[in-house]
Amino acid sequence: MPAADIVHEVSIMQSTLALAEQQARQSGAAAIHSLRMRIGTLSGVVAEALQFAFQALKADTLAAGATLEVEEVRPACWCGECRAEFEVTDFLYECPHCHRPSVDLRRGRELALVSLEVS
Amino acid sequence: MCQECGCSQKGPYKIDGQPVGEVVLSGGQHAMVEDKPAGHVHTHSHAPGHAHPHVHLDLNLPVLAQNDRFAERNRGAFQALGLVVLNVVSSPGAGKTTLLRKTLETLKGRRRAAVIVGDLATENDADRLRTTGAPVVQVTTGTLCHLEAEMISRALAKLDLKNLDLLIIENVGNLVCPASFDLGEGTRVALLSTTEGEDKPLKYPPIFQNADAVILTKTDLAEAVEFNRAAALANLRQASPKARLFETSAKTGTGISEWCDYLAGLRTR
Repeated sequence: MPAADIVHEVSIMQSTLALAEQQARQSGAAAIHSLRMRIGTLSGVVAEALQFAFQALKADTLAAGATLEVEEVRPACWCGECRAEFEVTDFLYECPHCHRPSVDLRRGRELALVSLEVS
Repeated sequence: MCQECGCSQKGPYKIDGQPVGEVVLSGGQHAMVEDKPAGHVHTHSHAPGHAHPHVHLDLNLPVLAQNDRFAERNRGAFQALGLVVLNVVSSPGAGKTTLLRKTLETLKGRRRAAVIVGDLATENDADRLRTTGAPVVQVTTGTLCHLEAEMISRALAKLDLKNLDLLIIENVGNLVCPASFDLGEGTRVALLSTTEGEDKPLKYPPIFQNADAVILTKTDLAEAVEFNRAAALANLRQASPKARLFETSAKTGTGISEWCDYLAGLRTR
């Protein structure tokens, strides 16, 4: 993977590790054993690049021996006409039933630290 | 820095020709995080052989990359000041600077406006806009293909914000990357010129999708370039379903008053 492609994920992983360490310390923990993240496929973050950045950055943190689990969220929109949610398959967010474009993206941009295992 | 096109990492950039150093947000960290307490905590019984029990921390906290952190800070400042802020994006040559010049001239006396303009190099656009008498700050990004929120917070220091109603950010001409970089603006404006072809909104959807207003520019040239207006408007409605549409010619003045009335009616958000 060329370095230029993972720069964005490196900065996100730095933020994630700082957040994880802060939360672990607040609960009195000395080590982080695993991190769980949730990323939407429209968040602009690539799971593989995130793993790569995690392995590269975890060394000098409380998470030095930790594993990273990433759950991906497929994008979904709400269609006001059909009063139903539909999975987004293209960039135009078109409802597959009535073919109207939706502006109400309900899922797919998540970028969150879900949980930690610490001790 | 830009994961979209692989343009080089943010290097030295200039504001009004003066190089700026690196900025670090208060707290000292370069990559910043949301500072919220943990959600609920529970301990499970630890596996035999473990020296310490493992504790599960449920957090569900958003992770913000550095640009988002700066953007949120800018947004807060704009809201506190009651400042309406536009982020104007388009391909190079779509007519951003010419439209903004006309806009500043038309709004004179109605709204106190200033511009932050981004280009890779030269002060040419700033010079063009300064002829209107409005305060203008030029950011030259070097090799970076878009403006970032941190550049905006730097440029704000050059403006007398308390005596402004409207701040217009003219982004670097680029239909791809600026879509991914929030600057903290309340209103995003995308331009499509008649000379670019009717299907641009379908070829570059993200930049149009995020737009609150879309302006079809250079309508005076439509006939000469055999522009298909109906097709362009249909494509724009598909790509930008939530956007207000305007059709303008900065040269003849067509549509400028509708556009300026819309701007004058915007509130901070």
